[in-house]
Amino acid sequence: MRLVGKQTWVFENNIYIQATGTAVGPFEADGPLGKQFDVGYRDLYCGEKTWELAERRLMKEAITICMNKGNVTANEIDVFLAGDLLNQNVTANYTARELPIPFLCMFGACSTSMETLAVGAALVDGGFARQALVATSSHNATAERQFRYPTELGIQKPKSATFTVTGAGAALIGSQKGRFRVTAATIGRVIDAGLKNPMDMGAAMAPAAAHTIEQHFLDLNRSPADYDLIVTGDLSGIGSVIVKELLMEAGYDITDGYSDCGLMIYRPDQRKFAGGSGCACCAVVTYGHLLREMEKGTFRKIFVVATGALLSQTMIQQKQSIPAIAHGVVIESVGG
Amino acid sequence: MKLRDHYQQAVRKFQPKPSYLANSFQAFISGGLVCAGAEGLRALYMNSWGFSSDAAQHLMMLTVMGLAVLLTAMGRYDALSQFAGAGATVLLTGFANSLASAAMEHRTEGWVSGIANHMFKIGGVVIVYGMVIAYVLGVIYYIV
Repeated sequence: MRLVGKQTWVFENNIYIQATGTAVGPFEADGPLGKQFDVGYRDLYCGEKTWELAERRLMKEAITICMNKGNVTANEIDVFLAGDLLNQNVTANYTARELPIPFLCMFGACSTSMETLAVGAALVDGGFARQALVATSSHNATAERQFRYPTELGIQKPKSATFTVTGAGAALIGSQKGRFRVTAATIGRVIDAGLKNPMDMGAAMAPAAAHTIEQHFLDLNRSPADYDLIVTGDLSGIGSVIVKELLMEAGYDITDGYSDCGLMIYRPDQRKFAGGSGCACCAVVTYGHLLREMEKGTFRKIFVVATGALLSQTMIQQKQSIPAIAHGVVIESVGG
Repeated sequence: MKLRDHYQQAVRKFQPKPSYLANSFQAFISGGLVCAGAEGLRALYMNSWGFSSDAAQHLMMLTVMGLAVLLTAMGRYDALSQFAGAGATVLLTGFANSLASAAMEHRTEGWVSGIANHMFKIGGVVIVYGMVIAYVLGVIYYIV
């Protein structure tokens, strides 16, 4: 049985992340992790005519780099899982249009990066695919215009607002030995804490993150000490403090060895409010930065919890609260 | 109060409070400066170039709205608004910015279904409720 406890999958076979690819926009390339991403574009259009096309280019770029690094062609990949933030997941669907790979489209808002990684690993573990390709993307301007206001509209944003990361991250999963093993995944439940402010998604998502992390510890009978790093996707300045407090109340002290991808991607002087958010935030930081740190030996075992605010502008306008979800994946570095 | 049990109330202490005093001061100063500049412009049109009071008023409005659109196109107006808040939003320049930003945003969907269709999606509210209030005031004025 691969299901352990209530919500956690433990993979029986050795499943590896064989290669990754990341492509980012100008602010992320200019940020503290800029050099660790494979490609960085100088402007939000990335050489395309529209922002939506730019986002698609980022995803395509991340996938191409990933496949090149993994030394595989699209024909050797058995399943492609991808998602983004746009309506009808257009970036993922249109990217998949150009690939000769069976495709499963996924939406979990900003939790999609770990959702695709977990499901991809499960498909490989279960023998439904020899190699799976997973990818997620987001773009600041496409997200702003779909979820908020025109990018150039003069609106004063509160300190709790986050800045959608422009970028895409891809990973190739397979059973051929690689440097990083995907050993377990905890699938989150949708948790709605009743908050309604779309300019403070960190506070809306923190309970979902705390729930998934706590359930993970319970299911596997583990504690924060079992991990070198527990990292959330995009809780940013406000949510990351709340999740620590929530877990403390549950009896888990994660203060040492906890971080948030949204707090790593920009420098404070870039003035991105509470930090980065978006599908790409967790994807590019994990696949670009964290795995590199694992390679260097900084961490050996990490638990990446991607957090998603299942936000809809229509629902917000109808005064509905924001449901949230978080999926966590355990990645371990392979010795040698 | 525990976060787990009373999340909606307990979470408030983690959420940053907007600095109302500083924001009001910034809005007052920036909004005031823009209005003073516009008033100076009106005086210039009247006194130096000999326009009538009405014509000078219209020319001044055209000029400040033109400048707001220019700043929007240059990608600077949102930075101004982040600092000035209401001092940049409630002015006529804010209305110009709302039209220009929406038009720019949707130009990739073409002249009709993009620009024309979306141009008033933010600024339209001013027109709708402006008309409603004008109607109500008109009725009151007629009765009184």
